[in-house]
Amino acid sequence: MLRFITSRLLQSAIVLLVMSFIIYGLIGLMPGDPIDIMVNSNPGYTAQDVARLRAQYGLDQPLLTRYWNWLQAAAVLDFGYSRTYSQPVLVVLVPALIQTGKLVGLSFVVFTVLALTLGVIAALVKGSVLDRVINLLAFAGISVPVFFLALMLIYLFAVRLGWLPASGMFTIGGDGSLADMAKYMVLPVLTLTAAFVGRFTRFTRASMVEVLRMDYIRTARAKGAGKLRVVFKHALRNALIPVVTVLALSFGALLGGALITETMFAQRGMGKLIFDAIMGNDFNLALMGLLFATTATLVSNLVADIAYAWLDPRISLS
Amino acid sequence: MNTTTAPLLQVDQLAVHFPMPRSGWLQRGPSPVLQAVSDVSFSITPGETLALVGESGCGKTTLGRALVGLYAATHGAIRFKGEDLTTMPAAQQQKTRRAIQMIFQDPYESLNPRLPVSDVITEPLLIHGIGNKTERADRARELIAQVGLPVDALNRYPHQFSGGQRQRIAIARALGPEPELIVADEPLSALDVSIQSQILNLMSELREERHLSYLFISHDLSAVHHLADRVAVMYLGRLVEVAPRAELFASPSHPYTKALLDAIPRIGQGRRARGRTIQGDLPSPLKPPSGCAFHPRCPKAQAICKVEAPVLLPAPGRVQQLAACHFKD
Repeated sequence: MLRFITSRLLQSAIVLLVMSFIIYGLIGLMPGDPIDIMVNSNPGYTAQDVARLRAQYGLDQPLLTRYWNWLQAAAVLDFGYSRTYSQPVLVVLVPALIQTGKLVGLSFVVFTVLALTLGVIAALVKGSVLDRVINLLAFAGISVPVFFLALMLIYLFAVRLGWLPASGMFTIGGDGSLADMAKYMVLPVLTLTAAFVGRFTRFTRASMVEVLRMDYIRTARAKGAGKLRVVFKHALRNALIPVVTVLALSFGALLGGALITETMFAQRGMGKLIFDAIMGNDFNLALMGLLFATTATLVSNLVADIAYAWLDPRISLS
Repeated sequence: MNTTTAPLLQVDQLAVHFPMPRSGWLQRGPSPVLQAVSDVSFSITPGETLALVGESGCGKTTLGRALVGLYAATHGAIRFKGEDLTTMPAAQQQKTRRAIQMIFQDPYESLNPRLPVSDVITEPLLIHGIGNKTERADRARELIAQVGLPVDALNRYPHQFSGGQRQRIAIARALGPEPELIVADEPLSALDVSIQSQILNLMSELREERHLSYLFISHDLSAVHHLADRVAVMYLGRLVEVAPRAELFASPSHPYTKALLDAIPRIGQGRRARGRTIQGDLPSPLKPPSGCAFHPRCPKAQAICKVEAPVLLPAPGRVQQLAACHFKD
């Protein structure tokens, strides 16, 4: 197990390294560079100034050399400065990371609990009216696009009812309390939850229905096990194996959904940051933002594999 | 058989029917009913092995499952030591059913892949409230040794064992709550032939040691010949013949039993020597034929067979051998 994790971490490091090269290359190949933007905003620069600035920032070097220099600095955890914020990249990145983390984490917990509960209930009453209602709701959640749902929620809860703020992260000039920030999280979390709960409800239901048909469930009943014991100890534990894997693998998609949600609710998370960084030719910031997203996906894949082996004794990692 | 012994299990006119969904919304009339088991009566005395044989789909498995409570009886009684399981309250039923355990057909599918063998074996004990944790663990070690597996098997998972070993685990599990009757539903059919004889021998040893009774459900007549004291032959949810093993194999009374015995492959005999095989397919249990259910396939069928259902009665001159046929031998 330990050997598996070590080797997977090593693999992840290699993937990150390759990704850093690819992202660096793509950003470097984008038309324009930071100096162009400086020149555009100040027509007083001469061609000499431009050349001097390019040399000063090392932008006259070939792409490979520039990447090599960046890598050497990154190896000692110096990720450079953000051009647009004039601050070290990590100082800009970490608060946005926390904001996105809150949104993704909260939504993940809420939709997982909801999906498992609804999925198990639907499987247990398969074919009944309740099952059909749950299925219909799940389909609705899958079908409605995130941006539309976000607008509808804002319209209902912020505009019509006035219960919740339409956008932002906290009340400007407010007390900055947890309750205040929580109020601003409700709608984004609701939006992201609605976008994901449907597919996992259906997945849980399908997995549970399949497991309930298994011979070993009959064995458990023949042993005299009660209904709760059969459902939770024998059925759910087995039904969870594929569900947990898919949940962990969904992290990348969840991050994508979070970026749209953040934009809809004007929250300063990773999505807005990466977008602004690319538009503003802020190479260092864009690079690190994208690398963080890569890392999140790699880690969730690793977690999926470990969870799979942990849940299913038939899978051995060593 | 010693007729003075009180039967351990007495099944009286048992029926298990399943209502089926209508095949279409245009269909009128009552929903169809699948008559898996109809009007089945038999008994098993302590220490006796009754084999239940018949074609696939004849209701053997349904009957076995009804005995352990997996299916509810539609009609009739299942008396265990004189008490009717179908009418007693649920709590008491749970207690009584402890004495009836089941072994399933497919050892690959019937064990929960996420439970280590120790849990597989101790769970019935836990459910029935037998012993404390250490006592149950001791019991598991005892049981696993009894079925011929090493003690360290307890720490492993079902997938790490072969089919025969898994069936041994299933047997150990069934033995846990000290049952008096074991319903074995085709315990051999998923195993290799060489393994089959090992499991058969294990079952026969355990029977001697623990004075167990078996309801041995099988379609393998040679295994039945090896293990059974008496044999019940089932056709389309009904018993057509119940007889001591020797009589049944030597002088079958019901034409269906005869046909089954003729179908056993024997070394040194060509196809021709086997005599007549049964023609046609098993009729649908949704619409069983009128009168004797076997009449459409029976070589001896007469007009009466289509009208009147025969009942189980002793064959001429053989009190122990019951057959349900108007023209039994």
